[in-house]
Amino acid sequence: MSENMKTPILSVVDLKTTFLTNDGPVEAVHNVSFDIFESEVLGFVGESGAGKSQVFMSIMGILASNGRASGSALFKGEEILNLPLEKLNKIRGHHLSMIFQDPMTSLNPYLTISKQMSEVLVYHKGLSWSDAEKKSLEMLDCVKIPEAKMRLKSYPHELSGGMRQRVMIAMSLLCEPDILIADEPTTALDVTVQAQILDLMLELKKDFKTAIIMITHDLGVVAQICDRVHVMYGGRIVEKGDVNDIFYNPFHPYTQGLLNSTPRMDQNVQESLVAIPGNPPSLGQLSKGCSFQDRCDFCMPKCLEERPDLKITTSGGLAACHLI
Amino acid sequence: MLRLILNRILGAIPTLFVIIGISFFMIRMAPGGPFDQERQLPEEIIANLNKVYHLDEPLYQQFGRYLWGILQGDFGPSFQYKDHTVSELIFQGFPVSLKIGGIAIVLAAIIGIFLGTIAALRQNTRVDYLIMGFSMTGITIPSFVMAPLLSLVIGVYLRLLPVGGWGDLKHMVLPIIALTLPQIAYIARLTRGSMIEVLRSNYIRTAKAKGLPERVILARHALRGALLPVVSYLGPATAGIITGSVVIEKIFGIPGIGRFFVLGALNRDYTLVMGVVVFYGIIIILFNLIVDILYGILDPKVRYE
Repeated sequence: MSENMKTPILSVVDLKTTFLTNDGPVEAVHNVSFDIFESEVLGFVGESGAGKSQVFMSIMGILASNGRASGSALFKGEEILNLPLEKLNKIRGHHLSMIFQDPMTSLNPYLTISKQMSEVLVYHKGLSWSDAEKKSLEMLDCVKIPEAKMRLKSYPHELSGGMRQRVMIAMSLLCEPDILIADEPTTALDVTVQAQILDLMLELKKDFKTAIIMITHDLGVVAQICDRVHVMYGGRIVEKGDVNDIFYNPFHPYTQGLLNSTPRMDQNVQESLVAIPGNPPSLGQLSKGCSFQDRCDFCMPKCLEERPDLKITTSGGLAACHLI
Repeated sequence: MLRLILNRILGAIPTLFVIIGISFFMIRMAPGGPFDQERQLPEEIIANLNKVYHLDEPLYQQFGRYLWGILQGDFGPSFQYKDHTVSELIFQGFPVSLKIGGIAIVLAAIIGIFLGTIAALRQNTRVDYLIMGFSMTGITIPSFVMAPLLSLVIGVYLRLLPVGGWGDLKHMVLPIIALTLPQIAYIARLTRGSMIEVLRSNYIRTAKAKGLPERVILARHALRGALLPVVSYLGPATAGIITGSVVIEKIFGIPGIGRFFVLGALNRDYTLVMGVVVFYGIIIILFNLIVDILYGILDPKVRYE
């Protein structure tokens, strides 16, 4: 792991995100810590509600109005968590950018593609609108949008889902950010378009030397593009490791369950798909002990009492389980 | 765009025909007639009057005659205001109602949108509650309470402005305030609601993630979507307000056309009622067309071919 010798671009320590609801506070993210290094692809995997998106919404300052984040997020050594808006706006969209799951609603329906892209450069780089438009056009070519010149004048509803996600990616890369956070960028797309978008992201990663954080619940996506993977469950990271270790040598029973419930091409199609029994825990009322206890095949008395911490596994990764 | 306008004008003809037909026969179905008074007129005089105004003809013939007149731009003579045609009455009164109504709706739109936006940005804070409290009050107090109250306090007690009359700018202030307040209240509520919805939308989240300054997010990204419902409200509201309000015009003694709606109907002034109804119909159709055009400008998804 030569990467660990380098200093991370973004270092998150003990991030906690709480939502104040009518039923009391709900802790969506609990003591999450991780580092991301230059031009790597870091995957965040977990079921819906595992808190993986909220980690990055907290860092980007786009939590819902009842959300509060605490802890620390150092971007190149500088604290960016809960920065005042004015300072945060110098970083987000410029050095750190984010694309979202639903390209259909993430672009402004009332503005042209040109305007939505150019404004990023106008505000972060101080370019004139006409220069910004030229640069936007180049970027649309980079993400392989056909007839890019015409597309600049289009409105989002005139583009397909895949095209819109390409526009989002182009927009997020305009300022050549250090980190691109992709929140399930392919979930809303057709499988063929998914593959194109992933290839595109890998290519752009090389060209722009951008680190990518890939938030997904699709293990196929992880296998295709990630270098390292963090598995989240119930608001915590339960396993960290290299992508190969996670796939071939998973330690946490939850990771094992996830892998087992993936449909496989080489299996008998007559067999029904394996599922992890039960549901993810409600974050409002977390019991003590391991959050995976009710769904775990290997649950021991200790798991009900004591919450496991992340421990080093034999393959060099980390997993939060008493079995290790 | 031109084709849309042409289409609408053509489409308005059957609509107007239906409006004219229904209102023509409805006012005739109302008991009494234009020449009924406390003191019964002699039979011969009534018969003569009916003959002059063609009221002795069968109804369908009168309807045909009326339609023929309208096609030539003639709304007929008024039955009550002798020596005046209905067109004269409307074109004397309308500029007055248009003036105070127009100013009132423009003010209401500016102030209402501003207050609604502030309330949405400060949702569930004291500022929001204050604006919404004012707004609720503005909506619930009827104009026949608001207008006399204004003229009593500002006109009679404080003697700042005249209580009524027409002519100067100072005569316009109180009626405009009385017309504007409920509109501000309604527009503020409408703006707040749609603005809150837009501010929660995914594309605003994207704009924030792009690191844009708040004022740019608000002005460029949020306002347009939030204003769409307000625009569709403003169309019919403007049509209603510039055609005058009976209550306001009566209380402040303004010579607008609002009073003709009620007086015409009460006096069975058939031609006057018909005239104002047709006029109102045309104004409504016109403002709906304006709303459609504005929608096309604001929302690219409904841009017309």
